[in-house]
Amino acid sequence: MVDHFDAPVEASATMTRTQERIPTVVVDDAHIIYRVHQGAAGGTTPVAALRRLVKRTHAPNVREVHAVKGVSFTAYRGEAIGLIGSNGSGKSTILRAIAGLLPVNRGAIHTQGQPSLLGVNAALLNDLSGERNVTLGCLAMGMHPDDVAKQAAGIIDFSGINERGDFASLPMRTYSSGMAARLRFSIAAAKKHDVLLIDEALATGDKGFRKRSEQRVRELREGAGTVFLVSHQLSSVRDTCERTIWLESGLIRMDGPTDEVIRAYEAYANSK
Amino acid sequence: MATTALVDPDTGLTQAQLAARHGLRVAGERPSLVEYSRRLWAYRHFIAAYANAKLVASYSNAKLGQLWQVLTPLTNAAVYYLIFGVVLAQNDNIPNFIAYLTTGLFIFNFTQSAILAGTQSISSNLGLIRALHFPRASLPLSTTITQFQQLLASMVVLVGIVLVTGEPLTWKWLMLLPALLLQAVFNAGVVLFVARLGAKASDLKQVMPFIMRTWMYGSGVLYSVSLFDRLPGWATTLVQYNPLLVYIELARYALLEEAPLLNESLTQLWLVGAGWALVAGIGGFIYFWRGEQEYGRG
Repeated sequence: MVDHFDAPVEASATMTRTQERIPTVVVDDAHIIYRVHQGAAGGTTPVAALRRLVKRTHAPNVREVHAVKGVSFTAYRGEAIGLIGSNGSGKSTILRAIAGLLPVNRGAIHTQGQPSLLGVNAALLNDLSGERNVTLGCLAMGMHPDDVAKQAAGIIDFSGINERGDFASLPMRTYSSGMAARLRFSIAAAKKHDVLLIDEALATGDKGFRKRSEQRVRELREGAGTVFLVSHQLSSVRDTCERTIWLESGLIRMDGPTDEVIRAYEAYANSK
Repeated sequence: MATTALVDPDTGLTQAQLAARHGLRVAGERPSLVEYSRRLWAYRHFIAAYANAKLVASYSNAKLGQLWQVLTPLTNAAVYYLIFGVVLAQNDNIPNFIAYLTTGLFIFNFTQSAILAGTQSISSNLGLIRALHFPRASLPLSTTITQFQQLLASMVVLVGIVLVTGEPLTWKWLMLLPALLLQAVFNAGVVLFVARLGAKASDLKQVMPFIMRTWMYGSGVLYSVSLFDRLPGWATTLVQYNPLLVYIELARYALLEEAPLLNESLTQLWLVGAGWALVAGIGGFIYFWRGEQEYGRG
């Protein structure tokens, strides 16, 4: 259930902005159910598979998971919203649904423009050099080749992969996981997004990079975008987001100013 | 929050009304066909860059590198010549069998490798699809372009073989280019089609090699097309309209002087070839577009 908190200081701060509050993401009672293939879990003999084909039934090792059970909230332009909750609470699922990568089974999600999901798993071409991946990634975001040429050097500098020698010209498969994640974040952050969804991406990378990326998230937000950040690192949520939504088993447990939500979440996590 | 209610015109609206008031769209909605084509065109730089990148990446682990672009078709031709030309001696009634075989083989291989790569063009790029938003048709199309670039390399080899085996260089050779372009459009359509199928059912990857081998035997690649005349009438007609046989015959007509052809009429060859390109190109594109919002899910 949603708890609203009447914090007088925060309320007056948001009130000055109320007149021009423009919603960028409207989530309306969204339910998300997805199918999970459990792998080899019985009924996988060729005969069983053939019988399923004939009878047109689903494999028995496919299970439905009701990951998000009726979530509603509205995000406004210029907001940075943290999503917290224990593992499997539906944080990443709701993020992928906002990005349009998962269908909602009931309810609806409305967005302004095309939200971009930035996850740690976003793989580029590992056989190619970092430089080429920067070019490809930028083009894939719809940037013009001229802009790509102008920004490429800046992106590589920002990622800091060249701090220990010339890594940008080496294939990405030679990168450490932290370096690759940094490069991916730098590519995605090079473009102004209406809605940027970040899934645990800030958790990777060293302290210096984390500082830079938090700064970048702040800039993106000022560039009239909305940023969502899913993280288990409460400190990075506290540093970048002023509003936080706490999800627990597919429901919103709390939605409000970051400090209060995190305090309540920590109390809950410690009591378990 | 009581004072806010007086100022905010959005108060009291349901979530759906709020979204409608500010012109938000439903996440992951499929654009119209025209809008989709427009977006795809805007992504042409990405398609070209991705095709190039794939070509470079495909040989990046090999010591001989890009040389394999030429070595692979050459080795292929040598193996098939050994079996069908020397061991089985199929070359009795075909003048210049080496050129006949390699032409058929390279033209068929263009479609075959495009389809095999296209089946996986969605499923092997899930990372990219889940991370970034772009018209998904960019991926199968760039696969087609990569294969076209490979074809150009093997065409250099083919021209070499054809000239060395004694075929004269004539004006007819100019026909090769439009024939290859028609085949490329046909390939693009089929690749779009199998890309959507392969995105859903990964079993297709296992079945595809068998389908392609059957198709190869029906396209008169390895032996004289005059063998098809022994089939019952309806089957011969079927083979005659086989798009790959048509594209192979167009190439053989362009390059070789005395190659046996199943289709007598050149006009018919061009019409059937163009027809297949049109049907496959448009049909494949529409079929792929209809699945646009499904890719990368699951």
